[in-house]
Amino acid sequence: MKYVIIGNSAAGVGCIEGIRQVDREGEITVISNEPYHTYSRPLISYLLYGKTDEQKMKYRPDDFYEKNNVNFIYGNVTKIDSTAKTVEYETSILVYDKLLVATGSRAFVPPFAGLDGVAERYTFMSLNDAKALEQAISQDKRVLIVGAGLIGLKCAEGIAARVKSVTVADLADRILPSILDEQGAGIVQRHIESKGIKFKLSANITRFEGNTAILDGGDAIDFDILVLAVGVRPNTALLGGIADIDKGIIVNEKSETSAENIYAAGDCTQTIDASSGKSKIMALLPNAYMQGEIAGLNMAGFTSTLKPRFIPMNAIGFFGLHIITAGGCQLTIDNGQLTINKSDNYRRFFVDNGVLRGYILIGNVEKAGIYTSLIREQIPLVHIDFELLKEKPGLMAFSREDRAKKLTI
Amino acid sequence: MKRVYVNEQWCLGCRLCEYYCAFAGIGGADMARTLKGVKINPRICVEENNGISFAVSCRHCEEPLCVKSCITGALTVNSDGGVIVVDKSRCVGCYTCILSCPYGAVSPSDDGVIQKCELCVKTVSGVPACVQGCPNNAIVFEERCVAL
Ligand SMILES: Cc1cc2nc3c(=O)[nH]c(=O)nc-3n(C[C@H](O)[C@H](O)[C@H](O)COP(=O)(O)OP(=O)(O)OC[C@H]3O[C@@H](n4cnc5c(N)ncnc54)[C@H](O)[C@@H]3O)c2cc1C
Repeated sequence: MKYVIIGNSAAGVGCIEGIRQVDREGEITVISNEPYHTYSRPLISYLLYGKTDEQKMKYRPDDFYEKNNVNFIYGNVTKIDSTAKTVEYETSILVYDKLLVATGSRAFVPPFAGLDGVAERYTFMSLNDAKALEQAISQDKRVLIVGAGLIGLKCAEGIAARVKSVTVADLADRILPSILDEQGAGIVQRHIESKGIKFKLSANITRFEGNTAILDGGDAIDFDILVLAVGVRPNTALLGGIADIDKGIIVNEKSETSAENIYAAGDCTQTIDASSGKSKIMALLPNAYMQGEIAGLNMAGFTSTLKPRFIPMNAIGFFGLHIITAGGCQLTIDNGQLTINKSDNYRRFFVDNGVLRGYILIGNVEKAGIYTSLIREQIPLVHIDFELLKEKPGLMAFSREDRAKKLTI
Repeated sequence: MKRVYVNEQWCLGCRLCEYYCAFAGIGGADMARTLKGVKINPRICVEENNGISFAVSCRHCEEPLCVKSCITGALTVNSDGGVIVVDKSRCVGCYTCILSCPYGAVSPSDDGVIQKCELCVKTVSGVPACVQGCPNNAIVFEERCVAL
C-alpha cells in the first residue's frame, strides 16, 4: 500500500500515527512545502516571546520519521490526478493508493489600496513568517497588527517586549469576536491594554499611504512594520474539480472526501460541528490531529464504528490571563451565569433545548474539559446537577452510576 | 495496565491522598515536616459535597483526548506501558489539555505549565503514593478489564 500525505503538520502527523496503528509495512510519503521537521504552528508566537526554541517547538521527536518509517519530501504539490492516482510536485510525480490532503490554511490578505507601498509587511502563519518578523523588529519599531483575532493577538503578545509599540486594529468592535462575547472581550482587552498594547477597534482601514494606515473617517495610524492577521483561508485548490468543496474540502466522519481514495483533514476541511449540527471549518490543532488520525486509520483499512465528534474549542492565554471556550457563543438562548470578581473570573454558559451548546471561561479555567464533554456528547442537562457544575466543575455533578462508569472502569 | 480506581463508598474525604501526592512531587524525608504551612497543589483531587467524597486523578485513557489535543507534543503516551506523561520543557501552558480532559484531571502547575498524575510507581512498594497513603482503600491500584 502506498500512502501519500500532502502537508507535514498536525493533520499529517495524525494521519501517520493513525496508519501506523494498523499498518506497519505500507509505504508512507509525506510532502510539504515547508523545509522543516514537523513543528507546532501555534508556537511561532512563543518563539518570539522566548518561551520556546526551534528544537523544543518540534511537534514530534527528532526520530519521528525514522521510527514510523516515513519518507519526507520537501516539495510543493501543484497537481493531483485522481484518475492516474498521482501527485505532481516540481519536476517529479508520486503514485498513491490512498492520498491525504492536509494542506492547512493560508493568511487572507485583503486587497487594501496602497499595500504594495508598505515596505515592511508580514503575515504570521509559519516558522518562516516568524523568522522574517524577528529579523525586522527592534526596540525602535512601531508595529501595526491588522486583526484582533487569535493570531493577531498572539503575535502582539509575542513581540510586545521587543518593539517600541504595538497597535492592533480591527474592523470589529471587539477583540476575539469569533470566540468571546462583548463582556468577555472587554475583560481580555483591558488586560492586554494593561501590558501596553493599544487597540483601534471598529477601525475600517481604507488605504495605506506609505507607512500610514488611513481609516474611514480620516484617522491615521503611523507604523514601521505591518502585520496582516485578518483571517485565514483553507488551501483547497488542489482538489478543485476533483472533490466537493464548499468553504473547505467537505469530509465525512471517516475524513473521506467525495473523491475515491482521497481523504482530507485539518484546517483545509469542513465537517460537522457537533455543538450546532452545522458543517463548518474548525481550524484548530486538536481537530486537525484527530481528523488526521481518523483518516489514517481508515486509509489503512481499519473499520471503526467510533464516530468522531468535533466542536470549535479554544484554550488561549495572553500575558498570563487564560481563556477557554467551546461550542458556540453567538447563540440567542443564554442560560448564562456571570461571576465577575476582582481576579477577573468570568464564566458564561449557553444552554439550548436542555443541552449545553457553548461556554466561555476567563481567568479560572480549572476542569473546563468537563464542560467540553457535555457539549461534545450533547448530554441532556437533566441527567446532571448543572447548577452545581456551573459553580464548581467536577464529576460530583454526575449521578453515582455515571461517576462509577468514569472512575471504576 | 494497572490504574488507580475509586471506591467512592470508602472515601472518608480525609485528603491524605492529596498530601501524599504533593509530597511525592516535592520529596523529602518526612511528609508532615515538608508540607507544614505549604499550600499544596496535588495531581489527585478530592471532590466533596453533601457527605459524598471521592478522589479524581488521571484515568490514563486508551484514547487520550489530552494527548491528541496537545498543541506542542508535550503530552505523550509512554511507549512502555500506556502511562500518559508530560514533558514540562515542551509545555507552554496553553491549557488545551485542560479544555479537553473530560475528568478534569489535568491542572495548572506551580511552575506555569501543567501537571497531571504520571503514576509514580517507582516507589518502594510499586504502588502510587496516593494509593499507598489511603487509609481506607478508597483508591486502589489494579488491573481491570476494559469493558468495550
Ligand atoms: C500564530 C498561530 C497560533 C495558533 N494558535 C493555536 C492555538 O492556540 N490552538 C489551536 O488549536 N490552534 C492554533 N492555531 C491553529 C493551528 O496552528 C492549526 O489549526 C493547525 O496547524 C492545523 O494543522 P493542519 O495540519 O491542518 O495544517 P497546517 O498546520 O496549516 O499545515 C499544512 C501544511 O501543508 C503545507 N502545504 C500546503 N499546501 C501545500 C502544497 N501544495 N504542497 C506541499 N505542502 C503544502 C503547508 O506549508 C503546511 O506545512 C494557531 C495558528 C497560528 C498561525
